[in-house]
Amino acid sequence: MPKRDYTNGLPDPAELKEELLKKYPRKVAKKRAKSMVTNNPAESKEILANVRTVPGIITQRGCTYAGCKGVVLGPTRDIINLVHGPIGCSFYAWLTRRNQTRAMEGDPNFITYAFSTDMQDENIVFGGEKKLKEAIREAFENFHPTSIGIFSTCPVGLIGDDVHSVARDMKAELGINIFGFSCEGYRGVSQSAGHHIANNGIFKHVVGNEDRERTGKYQVNLLGEYNIGGDAFEIEALFEEIGVTLISTYSGNSTVESFAYSHTADLNMVMCHRSINYIAEMMEEKYGIPWFKVNFIGAESTAKSLRKMAEYFGDSEMIAKVEEVIAREMLKVKAVAEAVKPKVEGKLAMMFVGGSRAHHYQDLFRELGVKTVSAGYEFAHRDDYEGREVIPSIKIDADTRNIEDLVVTKDDTRYREDLAEKKAKLEESGYEFKDYKGMMPDMQKNALVIDDVNHWETEKLIEFYKPDIFCAGIKEKYVVQKYGVPLKQLHSYDYGGPYAAFGGAINFYKEMERMLATDVWKLVDAPWKHEPEIVGCVTVDA
Amino acid sequence: MLLRHTTTEIKERKALTVNPAKTCQPVGAMYAALGVHGCLPHSHGSQGCCSYHRSALTRHYKEPVMAATSSFTEGSSVFGGQANLLQAIDNIFTIYEPEIIAVHSTCLSETIGDDLGQIVAKAKDDGKVPEGKHVVQAATPSYVGSHVTGYANMLEAFVKYFSFNTNEKIRQVNMLSGWVEPSDMRELKRMAGLMDLKTVLLPDTSDVLDTPMTGKYTMYPKGGTTVEEITSMGNSMATVAMGDFATRKAAIMLDNKCKVPFKMVDIPIGLKATDRFVQAMALAGKVSVPDVLTEERGRLVDVITDMHQYFYGKRVALYGDPDNLLPLIEFLVDIDMKPVYVVSGTPGKAFSKKALEILAEKVPEAKVQNGASADMYLLHQWIKQEGVDLIMGNTYGKYISRDEGIPFVRTGFPIVDRIGHSYFPTVGYTGGIRILERILGALMDKIDATAPEESFELVM
Repeated sequence: MPKRDYTNGLPDPAELKEELLKKYPRKVAKKRAKSMVTNNPAESKEILANVRTVPGIITQRGCTYAGCKGVVLGPTRDIINLVHGPIGCSFYAWLTRRNQTRAMEGDPNFITYAFSTDMQDENIVFGGEKKLKEAIREAFENFHPTSIGIFSTCPVGLIGDDVHSVARDMKAELGINIFGFSCEGYRGVSQSAGHHIANNGIFKHVVGNEDRERTGKYQVNLLGEYNIGGDAFEIEALFEEIGVTLISTYSGNSTVESFAYSHTADLNMVMCHRSINYIAEMMEEKYGIPWFKVNFIGAESTAKSLRKMAEYFGDSEMIAKVEEVIAREMLKVKAVAEAVKPKVEGKLAMMFVGGSRAHHYQDLFRELGVKTVSAGYEFAHRDDYEGREVIPSIKIDADTRNIEDLVVTKDDTRYREDLAEKKAKLEESGYEFKDYKGMMPDMQKNALVIDDVNHWETEKLIEFYKPDIFCAGIKEKYVVQKYGVPLKQLHSYDYGGPYAAFGGAINFYKEMERMLATDVWKLVDAPWKHEPEIVGCVTVDA
Repeated sequence: MLLRHTTTEIKERKALTVNPAKTCQPVGAMYAALGVHGCLPHSHGSQGCCSYHRSALTRHYKEPVMAATSSFTEGSSVFGGQANLLQAIDNIFTIYEPEIIAVHSTCLSETIGDDLGQIVAKAKDDGKVPEGKHVVQAATPSYVGSHVTGYANMLEAFVKYFSFNTNEKIRQVNMLSGWVEPSDMRELKRMAGLMDLKTVLLPDTSDVLDTPMTGKYTMYPKGGTTVEEITSMGNSMATVAMGDFATRKAAIMLDNKCKVPFKMVDIPIGLKATDRFVQAMALAGKVSVPDVLTEERGRLVDVITDMHQYFYGKRVALYGDPDNLLPLIEFLVDIDMKPVYVVSGTPGKAFSKKALEILAEKVPEAKVQNGASADMYLLHQWIKQEGVDLIMGNTYGKYISRDEGIPFVRTGFPIVDRIGHSYFPTVGYTGGIRILERILGALMDKIDATAPEESFELVM
């Protein structure tokens, strides 16, 4: 494919948009047009996001259950995540997300197990509550967990099984923490609804259950980091060196046990804003713990996040330590970046993934001089594109109303007035909290931003931009690669990673060197493709 | 330990499934539909079903897997999914332009009682199905049977919709294949070709889920059974159906609807199942078995005798799907291995009965269980009670294998932690050699990794 030259900026994608929309029936075109925005960082533009995918469209999106069980609770190792429904939902969410976890010997770890009530037709007809109760008893007898979460799949709500009352009954019977999630697949327009439901459930049933004594001078939670490919391990190591005690991570390499005392943290740092901002908000309201957005994807972003954390605590020793670590790590990072950059600089990337990764990974690409020409999220909301200041203006539709918005009140005995005061003081000096500005301000002018990109649009985007690398998920991977364009999975990292923090940045640079500087894609054409046809003849020696 | 909570002691379970040896119907329907040319599978349910099934199939085949979804929301779940499906059909034919949409239901649409037949009829009445295009539908409730059941239901739907007896019998044999790899489908056609038989294979995922890299993506690759071929199945001389669980329904449908008689055989995995397949094909097509196949058979027997000393008496634990397990355990028994534990999540008494019949004489101590609570947790507990020398099954077996230090051969669906399995057949005589080669490799790799230095051997 002949390459385009974007050294003087990106072309206006108006024509491309028109071509994309032309194919759709009128109503579909009208809707999709609002989800495609030609970016201009100088002005705010509204994008249609977090709305239903039109039936029949080949979407990247999954369901509410996937967001609740698969994403948020899946990585937590000391809980039995019991899926109430036919077998498939449990099967597909069984170890498929590469959430690494490090359980010490003797500690519980149920991540390697899939638990299901395997509902049969008689359970659909006569109700599944009895079977659910029995399954909980059997799980308890076999595994002796300290907590069990029940995850509802599509039929559960429809047949009227009340997982919450079952949870209450069984909690009383067995004396362990048991709670349910109404995360039926159809509840929301994407995984996003499931994240919210999971946040609510954990907050309601777990957070604050244990008032543990302080174990460190500076205690933090890291929210929205799922430890894909060991990302969280990289960040954990940094915190430890800097002298910050990580109380809990939501939810990579995590335990329910740590969620229970996570309200004892002095600060919440939010990685994936989309999936976890609810808990950050609720913890602030109830316990007075301030939160701000961080990003440990990209070396520069990591440095910035660490500095912000040190500034928050205002401890000169920590500030010095942070600078020491950054200086030391940046040396290593820069050495690799300098070696890789000449091979990849100027290449074009596109990324359509997640609720934060499509934004975060642009930082890593920028460090290598790779341009992001088009990007979008799979399940994000307007605030993830345009920034949190648009939240009050987001229309609340029926699908959003469907998800419970927990009413949280101040916990008078445990509310951290000291932290609230600290926050107020810092804000006076221009320090920002709750500060997610979204993806679009960080993107180039004329970059095409598309929400919930679908198969048809993916094909056309590749033909138009001829990108050098495409970032998405497993369902898109081989489609894109058939075009001769390498695809990097940003959900699962294709067996790679970690890509977080400084060590992760180095891994990612090397991975980009592998993907962008290789010649394997040039093997596609057979040598005889461009040669004249061999002339057939009848006799051997002619 | 990866599976640190698995105990040796077995407590009876009636309600809890742990580490299933099955998944749900729709993914089977999706795979079967991909084996029809120009067909786009459609999942009538929540987005997650379609997303999960596409992901599972993609991870196994490492190829594009396309399918659409009705994208149910709360409203459709309450008021029914008719509007969603009608809109989906319209959009799919407009945007993705398939020849056929193969709709399968899900637990959601089945629970609310959506009638696919009625909705599809309405789509036709409303003019949403373009001239010459087709919408095939199959009910695949996830709370009945397993992924194999869904595969069977979709196959049945295809022959029900397309196959037609025009009273012109053609010299052609139908082959209905159970769930095997694209390379296996290719191998079945190659073997039939050696017999000089004209055949139609349904489904046929070769050249669909193993397409070459060309620098261009083709949404509907050249492979897959064509509409003309499926239609012509109604005029064939006979049907050879491979795998009771996956193909009997379609075979019966062809018999009832088009009066094409059928012969049920196992999927030709291993020596004897392949023998029966070859004989059934010869009989159905009224041809004799060519020497070249007899020679292939001879090579397999030769390899068996060469390897026999390493296999003899070795205990094997297996899990997977009934149609694939039955011929496989028969093969293992034939080479004097001992399939002591066999588990399948797919329900159906016929499986355990047949498996025990195969094992009765040579492995009377064997434990076989399928259906409810027949899961990999139980299999692991059996292994903890008395160990085995080899585990065979899908990717998930690697956790047991590593914890217990047992050699492991991947087979079945899904295999998501390796690449290449879909390119080499395990059916037929040649496929049999491949199975043996892999078993021997796994057994010997362990010996090589653990033997004391003084007994570390070079020559076999």
